[in-house]
Amino acid sequence: MFLFFLSSGLFLGWTLGANDASNVFGSAVGSKLIRFKQAAIIASIFVILGAVMQGSGGAQTLGKLGSVDALGGAFTVALAAGVSVFWMTKLKLPVSTSQAIVGAIIGWNFFTGNPTDYNSLTKIVTTWVSGPILGGIFAVLLFLLLRFILQKSKIHLIKLDGYIKYGLLIAGAFGSYSLGANNIANVVGVFVPSAPNITVDFGLFVLNGTQLLFLAGGVSIAVGIITYSKKVMMTVGDSLMKLNAETALVVVLAHSLVLFVFSSQNLSDFFVNIGLPPIPLVPVSSSQAIVGSIIGIGILKGGKNIQLNVIGKIGLGWMVTPIIAGLIAFFALFFMSNVFNLKVSQNTSKFIKGDVVVKEEVKGIADDTKTKVIKKFEAVTEATKTITIYKPVTITVIIFLMLLIAYQMYTISKLKKKDKIEEYQENIERYNTQQIILENELRMTNDANLKLEKEIDGKENELKKIALGMIRKNEILSKLKAGIENLKLKSESEIKYSDLNNLKIVIIENLSIDKERKSFDKFIKEINNSFYRNLEKKYPGLTEGEKKLCSLLRLKLSSKEIASILNITPKSVEVSRYRLRKKMNFKKDDKLSKEIRKL
Amino acid sequence: MINILKTSKSVALTIDEFFDKIDLGILNFKKGANNYINGNSAEFDQNLKTINILEIEADTIKRKIENEFYLHSLMPNYSSDILNLIESVDDIIDKSKDILNQFDVETPHMPELIKKDYLELVSLSSKSAENVIPAARIFFTSPDEVKDKIQKVLFYNREADVLSNNIKRKIFQEFESLQLSEKIHLRYFTLHIEQVSDAAKIVAHLLSSLVIKIKM
Repeated sequence: MFLFFLSSGLFLGWTLGANDASNVFGSAVGSKLIRFKQAAIIASIFVILGAVMQGSGGAQTLGKLGSVDALGGAFTVALAAGVSVFWMTKLKLPVSTSQAIVGAIIGWNFFTGNPTDYNSLTKIVTTWVSGPILGGIFAVLLFLLLRFILQKSKIHLIKLDGYIKYGLLIAGAFGSYSLGANNIANVVGVFVPSAPNITVDFGLFVLNGTQLLFLAGGVSIAVGIITYSKKVMMTVGDSLMKLNAETALVVVLAHSLVLFVFSSQNLSDFFVNIGLPPIPLVPVSSSQAIVGSIIGIGILKGGKNIQLNVIGKIGLGWMVTPIIAGLIAFFALFFMSNVFNLKVSQNTSKFIKGDVVVKEEVKGIADDTKTKVIKKFEAVTEATKTITIYKPVTITVIIFLMLLIAYQMYTISKLKKKDKIEEYQENIERYNTQQIILENELRMTNDANLKLEKEIDGKENELKKIALGMIRKNEILSKLKAGIENLKLKSESEIKYSDLNNLKIVIIENLSIDKERKSFDKFIKEINNSFYRNLEKKYPGLTEGEKKLCSLLRLKLSSKEIASILNITPKSVEVSRYRLRKKMNFKKDDKLSKEIRKL
Repeated sequence: MINILKTSKSVALTIDEFFDKIDLGILNFKKGANNYINGNSAEFDQNLKTINILEIEADTIKRKIENEFYLHSLMPNYSSDILNLIESVDDIIDKSKDILNQFDVETPHMPELIKKDYLELVSLSSKSAENVIPAARIFFTSPDEVKDKIQKVLFYNREADVLSNNIKRKIFQEFESLQLSEKIHLRYFTLHIEQVSDAAKIVAHLLSSLVIKIKM
């Protein structure tokens, strides 16, 4: 149940982590001086340390202002503060968690009829004003000191960049510690009176209920930093402080000092020891401390770049935020107690835990009652439970580490497998690509072959046409010969003009035979270029006539057709074929034209 | 993050080494140009060889500096400006090398009467460049002192401008024996020599703006 009520405070912590971490590491991460991962780890660790080790001061002051003694009340107050911050941020109004929580506590005081400690309220309001002013003063002093050191030391700019990166990390760690120490009161301060009375022994250290509460608050801030602050750092952080690295370092340091001063009990005690008034331990706004620091440097540089509206906005924030948070808290408490019957206060008039109220109540009553009150208080303290979690924590840590190692090993093996699979896939892809390339090449070669074959076929056809043409012409010549023979048999008077004209036509047709033969020879040579080469290579002793015969046989021409082309008798062709067969050492069964085509 | 100090130390040294190369390059340019004008061809060849080597070395160092800046996110707010400065300084040696190479390739004819003016122009242009290197060096350690160094650069640049104009006027108005092509050729070489001081002037302006930026 306690954890459920604490959720509103943890939500407030989450928003604080998400928004205020940018004040510490915003400029460094925004300008890429430091990686977000490094910043988030350092900020988270130091925020938790600051919250647990030094967070009580601010919480005590808030407790004095109004001790929210019922869990329901604490839940409502934190929720009211959270809602006011969220709502005002949405409306782009200047808002601070510190001011919202103070306003919500006062709202609770009004609702429950508890008196507001105006002394504490004055302290708190004074720090709201003095925080930014002190930030400005610190910034000016630090800036002058840094400038003096830089002028005297004449450090190389590149080396200085390295030093500043380290400086920003250290300042960021200090700033995170101070943020945790100072602002944890905003997050879980209202839950302190309702904190469980237990102490937990972690072995190396022991935490009481309040410190555990601060630890939970610190963790919620850390979660806010890790999960959401990057976005804020990259946008708001950079726009708020567009400064060079040195100035950013000074601003972060000044802001951290302000938060530290208003949360350090030891420093306050030291002031008292040397006779100075104690420092009020009050949660101050981190953003306002940053703005104060920047304005301080702006004034030092001549005050030209100071935006007066920023100062106006801070002033507006001082007034508006507590009023709005107070009103929201008042109405939320009314709603919670009347609608849900939630107990928002233990006792609205008397004996509320918290020294201010105790003192006031004690004044007006008899000594016996005073004793009772104190006894009652002490009795509660005596009932504190001690839980030793050293052993379970150690075992849990060991189990966790073992699980972590197992997980890491599993991840590594998975990564290795993944790498292997990727490598395998890459190889497959490579082979596929190679295969595609080879297939393409093969296709291209086949296409080229087909083209060549087509060309050869075309030329062969042409050759055949020419050969057939020649055959036809030889036939014509034979006809012509026969015609002349017929004319020879006739007397001169019997010879007609038409007979002569017919012969003339046949002669004219015959005239182009040489031309055709030349063309035929050319084609034969062209088409049989490689064939001739192979023929000469295999049968070097062949004559030109035999080569020609081979080329004609290759065209599957009959002996009669060859005889006609070569203008010899078919018998001569048969004799030549026989000689050729012998020269080429073909068997009797081998078909000459077929064997020649194989070449 | 742990190595950042080591890296920044090493980059600081590399930047110094880069400036050394540029310094030597300017001296070589001066000697080389003087040797050409005085007709010492053997010495000129040696200068030409040296400046070519120096230019390559400067380019290598420049690339190393750029890599270091990007790799380690050095001075993220000013890295582009600083790398721009390094690039501009590198332009000085690039121009010097180009001019000596042009002397070697084009072998311009220099009349005796104008040689003295050219020697003076080379001297002024080199002085302007020589003075910008200490300014660039001091920018990294004492930015406030850059202003004093820059004055000399700008002064020699202005002087080189005036002399260059005088030479051009002389060439075109007094040397009637020269062909127009020869006059134009000499005019180009006047402009080329002047380019070294112009490159130095660009570096000087960059330094001034960088100082303002860093001080803001």
